[in-house]
Amino acid sequence: MAKDLTKAVIEIGGARVSFGAVKALDGVTLAVMPGECIGLVGHNGAGKSTIVNVINGGLTPQEGTVASDGERLDRYSITIARARGVRCVFQELSLSPNLSIVENTRIMHRELGGFGWRGRAAHVIEKSLDQVFPNHGISSSQTVGDLSIAERQMVEIAMAFSDAGIAPRLVILDEPTSSLDASLARQMLDHVRRFVAAGGSVIFISHILHEILETSDRIVVMKDGRVVAERPAAEFDHHSLVEAMGSVAREDALHRSARELAAAPVVIRHQAAGLAFTARQGEIVGLAGLAGHGQTDLLLALHASQSNSWWPRSDSLVTFVAGDRRLNGVFELWSILRNFSIASLGDLSRLSLVGTADEAARGGEWKRRIDIRTPDMDNAILSLSGGNQQKVLFARALATRAPVILMDDPMRGVDVGTKQEVYEIIRQEAAKGRTFIWYSTEMDEVRLCDRVYVFRERVITAELAGDAVTEANIITASFEVAAA
Amino acid sequence: MTPLSRLAGKPWIWSWIAAFVVWFATIMVTGGASTLGLSQAAFTFAAFSIIVGIGQMFVITLGPGNIDLSVPATMTLAGTVALKLMNGDNGMIVPGLLVAVLIGLAVGIGNYALIKALRIPPIIATLSMSFIVQSAAIWTNRGLRIKPPSFLADFTTSSTLGVPNVALVALAISLLAWVLLEKTVYGRWISAIGQSMAAARMAGIPVDGARFVTYLLCAVLASLAGYLLACFSGGAALNMGSEYLLMSIAVVVIGGTAVAGGDSNVPGIWGASLFMFLVVSMLNTYGIGAGVRLIMTGLIIISVIMLAGGRRTGMR
Repeated sequence: MAKDLTKAVIEIGGARVSFGAVKALDGVTLAVMPGECIGLVGHNGAGKSTIVNVINGGLTPQEGTVASDGERLDRYSITIARARGVRCVFQELSLSPNLSIVENTRIMHRELGGFGWRGRAAHVIEKSLDQVFPNHGISSSQTVGDLSIAERQMVEIAMAFSDAGIAPRLVILDEPTSSLDASLARQMLDHVRRFVAAGGSVIFISHILHEILETSDRIVVMKDGRVVAERPAAEFDHHSLVEAMGSVAREDALHRSARELAAAPVVIRHQAAGLAFTARQGEIVGLAGLAGHGQTDLLLALHASQSNSWWPRSDSLVTFVAGDRRLNGVFELWSILRNFSIASLGDLSRLSLVGTADEAARGGEWKRRIDIRTPDMDNAILSLSGGNQQKVLFARALATRAPVILMDDPMRGVDVGTKQEVYEIIRQEAAKGRTFIWYSTEMDEVRLCDRVYVFRERVITAELAGDAVTEANIITASFEVAAA
Repeated sequence: MTPLSRLAGKPWIWSWIAAFVVWFATIMVTGGASTLGLSQAAFTFAAFSIIVGIGQMFVITLGPGNIDLSVPATMTLAGTVALKLMNGDNGMIVPGLLVAVLIGLAVGIGNYALIKALRIPPIIATLSMSFIVQSAAIWTNRGLRIKPPSFLADFTTSSTLGVPNVALVALAISLLAWVLLEKTVYGRWISAIGQSMAAARMAGIPVDGARFVTYLLCAVLASLAGYLLACFSGGAALNMGSEYLLMSIAVVVIGGTAVAGGDSNVPGIWGASLFMFLVVSMLNTYGIGAGVRLIMTGLIIISVIMLAGGRRTGMR
């Protein structure tokens, strides 16, 4: 990294990008200097992912310039970006699930070709994994599809920081911690600081504001395709950052009202190894613990025990909100409306003919209620930003009549303002008697729950209720085997 | 959007354009003399491809790997057994039809049982099923050539108001299929399953039920086509279904249905079926020899698929 420290690694000048009528970027100027970590924040659809795509060469802006090391680049592309050491960790996980980690490494690094590439690729990725996530326990010969979503994300992050000839100079991290639990996120943030201290640059996108505040040197706030604030991180605090993003901070929303639910009837139960799982009517039950320790498996087991794959049921007990939306959430060919209505077609049809007027009315109602940002519900689902797609999945589940809602870490990539709105809806629905079973990797969300089960190594090891639901208790239970 | 640009965005439009161009090129050579005859023949022969093509389309909608290769054998068995039962007697038409449908149901159940219970991929399961069914057809037929009941023979070979009767049957089936695909909950289900089976399951869709019904439907439509074809051609033959293996798949693909599943349409099956017949008649009219004709048929099909390709996402 003997490059000039006064010239920007990448400098975007006045970039404009529109997708049809939607202005994704409206004149954005951004310079990334060597040895700094830029925190990039903004609501869903503010243009964060678009600017990232411009920087990594995936998208050519309709107007504006791209320069690197003081040299203007007229024909900028992914290949040129990679040759200059620009790396990207995508919000949508981008490894090939049918290949092993080593094989994916070979694809990412063309330089690894030739005889004996397996050995070289394994060396490169293992070295990087060891650096970023010490004691990760991932073998580089594993197939990516067999990894948990957290492990996949770890590999993806390690891949971006790995060096196979062309050293990484600018690493873009788009929601890198969304699937990681607190301790893994810590390891990654520490590595970001080490990388920056050694002269590398990082663009760090996250909705978890304290991560941004403590890791970045400079924070750039985007809104509606423009940069609305850009200051050193030290000049921001949690409150002013939320304000700059344009949403009013509602601190009180994080307080859980103590409710007496011991008398409510049990609506669903499950017994596996470890403590028994029960959920009562109107209760918000949290599933906590380190990421990938069996929480999703419990949700899938609950769903499987209540659904019939041969015969439709109009009075299903459970419905499901996916976290891994590309795997088991979104139907990519369909419009937003069809994605929304698929789980409640039974209510929207007569003699099994879908009532399209009812469907559109119900869709319009939920578009307003949960603020899905689209001009038309008939637009394709993939025209929405990731967070808005997640809102559609929420609306899909909430619009059913199912009394129990299973949530598989559904807030990944959802912005702060929307989260508050969804928390409010969850609270209202719970007050009406609906039960929420909520797996979350975010401590703030777990603390909203009435009762929390803590998982460790695929077993429920602790149950915390009421005032015992605290960060300290959950972390303690996540790392220690409960005295059985 | 203007009506024209909307039309251009439909995946089925290409098969219609192709069919029309080939039709026009053919009647140009003959100076318009055979226009009516050619059109009637096209609709008659296309009707059989349409019926089996619709069944195959529903199966292909279910997503990658889903295909029914037992279509030709089912047609043959249904045709031979029904003709044998009817034995040329006009009073036995309805029982013959019922037997054909029952054979379709049995094949469909067998197909899905192999796929689900034995976890065999559909391509292998339906192919093995087709060996069993074809052997059964050989066993029942034994080279006998029984004439169809005279009423059925007349019905399938004549026209009403200039439209071939078999095309009317195909039209009725197509309308039902269109309603099923576009308007019903079941249509939404199979499209969802074709896009992502995991997501469909988590959305509460009875995945196995919907897939089972789809394989049943495909087999029943194949048996129905076999029944009609046997009556149309004056008797069942053991190879009567063979050309419909490729045909049923080709019309689905040319018709603009996504091979990867989840996105299907009925009108495209019509355009593609007419096109498949018309290409052969055009090359015949031009007096091209058999070998060159087959090569040209292949090239033309490939170019239509390339034109119609470039999968458009969204907007459904």
